[in-house]
Amino acid sequence: MSNAEMTSMERVLTTLSHREPDRVPFFLLLTMHGAKELGLSIREYFSQAKYVIEGQCRLRAKYHHDCFYPLLYGAAEAEAFGGEIVWYEDGPPNSGAPVLKKPEDILALQVPVVDKTPCLRRMLDVISGLKERAGDTVPIIGVVISPFSLPVMQMGFAAYIELLYEQPELFARLMAVNQAFCVAWANAQFRAGATTVCYFDPLASPDMISPEIYRRTGLETARHCLSCFNGPACIHLGSGRCLAMVEELAKVGAVAAGVSALDDLAAVKAACKGKITVAGNLNGIEMRRWTPTQAEAKVKEAIAAAAAGGGFILTDNHGEIPWQISDETLLAISEAVQQWGRYS
Amino acid sequence: MTAADRSSEIFADKLLVLDRIGAEQMLVEARAQDAPLKAVERLVVPALEEIGRRWEQGSAALAQVYMSSRICEELVDQLLPPSSPERILRPKIGIALLDDYHALGKTIVCAALRASGYELCDYGRLTAPELAKRICRDEVKIVLISTLMLRSALQIKQVKILLVAAGSATKIIVGGAPFRFDPELWKEVGADASGNNAAEAVRAVARCVEELAQ
Ligand code: B12
Repeated sequence: MSNAEMTSMERVLTTLSHREPDRVPFFLLLTMHGAKELGLSIREYFSQAKYVIEGQCRLRAKYHHDCFYPLLYGAAEAEAFGGEIVWYEDGPPNSGAPVLKKPEDILALQVPVVDKTPCLRRMLDVISGLKERAGDTVPIIGVVISPFSLPVMQMGFAAYIELLYEQPELFARLMAVNQAFCVAWANAQFRAGATTVCYFDPLASPDMISPEIYRRTGLETARHCLSCFNGPACIHLGSGRCLAMVEELAKVGAVAAGVSALDDLAAVKAACKGKITVAGNLNGIEMRRWTPTQAEAKVKEAIAAAAAGGGFILTDNHGEIPWQISDETLLAISEAVQQWGRYS
Repeated sequence: MTAADRSSEIFADKLLVLDRIGAEQMLVEARAQDAPLKAVERLVVPALEEIGRRWEQGSAALAQVYMSSRICEELVDQLLPPSSPERILRPKIGIALLDDYHALGKTIVCAALRASGYELCDYGRLTAPELAKRICRDEVKIVLISTLMLRSALQIKQVKILLVAAGSATKIIVGGAPFRFDPELWKEVGADASGNNAAEAVRAVARCVEELAQ
């Protein structure tokens, strides 16, 4: 079957089962670029599901990549807990002042109800709208922020590190609330039609939290959440390096893992072979300066490092392509995969 | 390896396991042999460098980097209280987070500089025009700018343009995740230097101080 043209879904499922499809599957994880397609500001674009559905369809028609990406913005989860959002004209919205002003505020923290939270419902509407258009031919990649990484937005990074070291009981309570939310939020996405949910856990990276601490905290959280998901999960470290942790992440049940541009892709692939699909690792920040020729070279390099035998999806290293990346560069990446990504 | 190298490595080990008491004891002993700033330069500065190196290599985590920079800042504050004449007060140094809500990078760099004996003015979070205005008003000679978002990193260009227009020759040192992912970005935004971690920030400041003295 490897010579016939596959659908995106067939291509991705084949690589996930560690076999070679017709060509290397590639995910352009574009969020804000849909606003450019529709001539809207980023804020307007994310204000209605119909815009994002249309944007995702236009982007896929233009670049022929193998997924839909219904993510609006990561800070929506902080917003669900009552946090404010700061909007920009030329970049993703961010979470503003943290909701948890002091550690004790954790005691009163409530699990948001997914169906009653507008920013979450909007993303569910995007997923179901895309599902209507795509049926079973194109994977739809849902997104949750892990309960272990979310507190960076809920309380600020410095305060969270101190909590982790100094206040185990409040930390445990925060994890309990966030886990309940994460599982409900992921399962709502599966119900709406997500093929997989990507569990963003940058704090799993040994760059962020030492492995000894992560193993007894965040890794257990990941194990718990993934075991409660009603569908397959990917794990993404948001461009934090993964090599030292990836085999343990495979054991918690993820089907794919995101790889950083700062990782050695071939080494990660070797560690993951047959166990977990690797997804990566084009450098989205550096991509701003790539010429079409450089883009082609980077695609070839990644394919040479990790594509053999399947178990590989070519994508950027962060899980979102920055607003500043030009259409020309994205087209060059797309063309390079079509040209150099054939397996036969 | 010299005795000084060894002791700063032991000091780094203590910091990374958050052994505040052990670290304090070592600094007190070093102080008994040297003037405060000298003791800091001999023990704390190389330990922070060692920690920065281990972060790059993947054997120390950011959470440890943050906690150790805080411990160092507190310990050094006891030896060299803020504004103490024994601190490095000149040339005037400023630090800012440019139109970005992510303050941890700035907090760590600020702590590392203060723990290395420098005194600096922390401007918090502001926009490019606000920052350029403060730099001129306060006659800051070296400014450190931290950003986490790419769009914020690109705004440093505007700070540079405003400073040049105002006739200011303030040295700009930049850092934060976008600069680690794109090693050419600092030149593009018009900075004079960049650093991949807090210890490199300290080194870049030391170089600028030397250049300004010439
Ligand atoms: C953990 C993480 C997350 C977590 C927590 C984020 C947070 N802090 O709020 C979560 C999952 C929530 C997340 C979400 C998002 N993230 Co994020 N995330 C990361 C990650 C892995 C680490 C970020 C971090 O906080 N590091 C800690 C700081 C202290 O590290 P640092 O800035 O590198 O600082 C060190 C050095 O650079 C240096 N330094 C810092 N400042 C200075 C200054 C000077 C002068 C010098 C010399 C040195 C220096 O010293 C520091 C200590 O060693 C990075 C990727 C990475 N590998 O770094 C992406 C990253 C920061 N994320 C990014 C983005 C875009 C986002 C989102 C906007 C995505 C989205 N569309 O929703 C959201 C926004 C979240 C929000 N706050 O609103 C991008 C930002 C760049 C860009 N593309 O614009 C990054 C860089 C990923 C990438 N490769 O593109 N993220």
